[in-house]
Amino acid sequence: MTAGEAQPETGPMQVRGTVLTVRRVDAYHAITVVAPGVAARFKPGQFVTAAVGGQDTAMLSRRAFSIHDVRPDHGGTVEFVFAVVGPGTRWLAERRARDVLDLTGPLGRPFPVPRDPVSCLLVGGGYGSSPLFSLADRLRERRCTVDFLLGASSGDRIFGALTARRTGRSATITTEDGSLGVRGMVTDMLGQVIHEARTDVIYACGPMPMLRQVTALARRYDIPVQVAVEEAMACGIGVCMTCVLPVIGTDGITRMVRACVDGPVFRGEQVRWDDIGTIPFDALGAPGWEPRARTGSGDAGDAGEAARTSQARSAARARRASHGS
Amino acid sequence: MAPDLRTRLGSSELPNPILTASGCASSGRELAQFIDVSKIGAIVTKSVMLAPRAGRPTPRMAETPGGMLNSIGLQGPGIDAFLQRDLPWLLSRGARTVVSIAGSTIDEFAELAARLSDAAGVSAIEVNISCPNVEHRGQVFACDPVDAGAVIEAVRARARFDIPVFAKLSPDVTDIVAIARACVAAGADGLSLINTLLGMAIDTDTMRPVLAGLTGGLSGPAIRPIAVRCIWQVSEALPNVPIIGMGGVLTGRDALELILAGASMVSVGTAIFHDPSACARILRELDEELARRGTERVSDLVGAAHDVRASGRRV
Repeated sequence: MTAGEAQPETGPMQVRGTVLTVRRVDAYHAITVVAPGVAARFKPGQFVTAAVGGQDTAMLSRRAFSIHDVRPDHGGTVEFVFAVVGPGTRWLAERRARDVLDLTGPLGRPFPVPRDPVSCLLVGGGYGSSPLFSLADRLRERRCTVDFLLGASSGDRIFGALTARRTGRSATITTEDGSLGVRGMVTDMLGQVIHEARTDVIYACGPMPMLRQVTALARRYDIPVQVAVEEAMACGIGVCMTCVLPVIGTDGITRMVRACVDGPVFRGEQVRWDDIGTIPFDALGAPGWEPRARTGSGDAGDAGEAARTSQARSAARARRASHGS
Repeated sequence: MAPDLRTRLGSSELPNPILTASGCASSGRELAQFIDVSKIGAIVTKSVMLAPRAGRPTPRMAETPGGMLNSIGLQGPGIDAFLQRDLPWLLSRGARTVVSIAGSTIDEFAELAARLSDAAGVSAIEVNISCPNVEHRGQVFACDPVDAGAVIEAVRARARFDIPVFAKLSPDVTDIVAIARACVAAGADGLSLINTLLGMAIDTDTMRPVLAGLTGGLSGPAIRPIAVRCIWQVSEALPNVPIIGMGGVLTGRDALELILAGASMVSVGTAIFHDPSACARILRELDEELARRGTERVSDLVGAAHDVRASGRRV
């Protein structure tokens, strides 16, 4: 059942989908829901949000999850993977077949895929790897080669190791405790994998510190990198302004953009990783920011950037007495 | 027979009393993917300021039982982009638009009112006075009857005569009726009740505040009884002043509760985050609630809870 009548063919939709299965996958859960329109519109990298807690819930934020896979059966199903981290995801893990889930999707900008058959390296941290397998299928349709590099703290927190080994040209696994694959972090192996696979493009999804390091290494090797960021969201559709991060636009101006609608996929070098959790002093509309036309200069060199960023942060703190919007 | 949901907003008429709440629907474009924005009473925009504004650092949101704290900091593109891009879009979609404005000085509010008066498609101005007044040591306008009145007076003076001006009040005051009276005396055509309440959450693992901005506005059903109380008190004192009620409305029943307390229009806010089609659903549910009671006109029930005989609207 759809919520609205004037549904565009490509936009997201809200459905009350029937749960087909909820299964344990090592440290995670995977849930499959019948959601025909969502499945039909899906592109790799997009996500869904779910309302949690049932009717009369006291949990008002929707939970956002990368779409792991869509299938044509039952008119179209959507599967996503999650870890139980609080009462909302605990409720989700307790769903059973035939329960109904309020889902909205597909949301966000998908991974762009290259026009030419190139060598792609897909890097995933924890269950952040879940959107990479449908991306891999899409890349192979474009006759790209796909190598996987998956990492986590322990072996049971690597999602999709088998699929990666079965479908990737190569699959490298790293765990911090050495329980699966190489002991260490994905970034320890990144350089070696890039050399061996002659990587042309990197796609990465996982925790922000990992994305930051992958971006830094990709820059060193001068390889374009697309990252799917994880930011806390409340609505997932671009109205709440919760999930913002500083991103440099093609015009060179930094804006606080919404991960849910302007992302979650960004070119890695556009994200100002060092300034996440702050309002950079030179971001559009930052405290003390003046339009270029009025001041005659909106540019600032690298010198003193860190100091001025912390100034911006304390200025933001100083305004804390005001109400939110 | 279907209940008559038409509602007056100044000199214009809305097809029904369900509005979005400021800051919860952006400028309507995102919601249009899920609902027909022309079918609800009006879109109340996110507060517009003169200049673009980046807002506060993240984390900006903390979920709390039955509600949430937000510390967005009025991030927005500024009035120029709003007039160029958002307002014409709303007009083209046949939506009625209540523009929320925010400023840090009285002059900023007045200039915004003037800019909006030259534009087409503004059904009303809602003045978000829950902002710190930089000319008064950061004191929030809405917490001081003199400051609140001064903003409303300046806005009323610069807004076109046929655009109603609503003052949006904060419940974080000792006597909300005193602030309401000051705003009405200064020329407010109506009142919006209530803004969020200032709250705070601390992460017991990191032992630090959850929000980067430290404090945030509490919204959601947790605050609905406070909204009902504020609407009740103000409509008891100022029975002829139109009220846009908001605060934790999740269902048609909740909207009816605020109407019975004295609101002639109801804004839906946090519910939109939970359900992007909330406004359309709540409108449908309100219609059903009224039909079940045999109510002919929704206007008959505005403030009905004040009437000791509980028989329609008091005089």
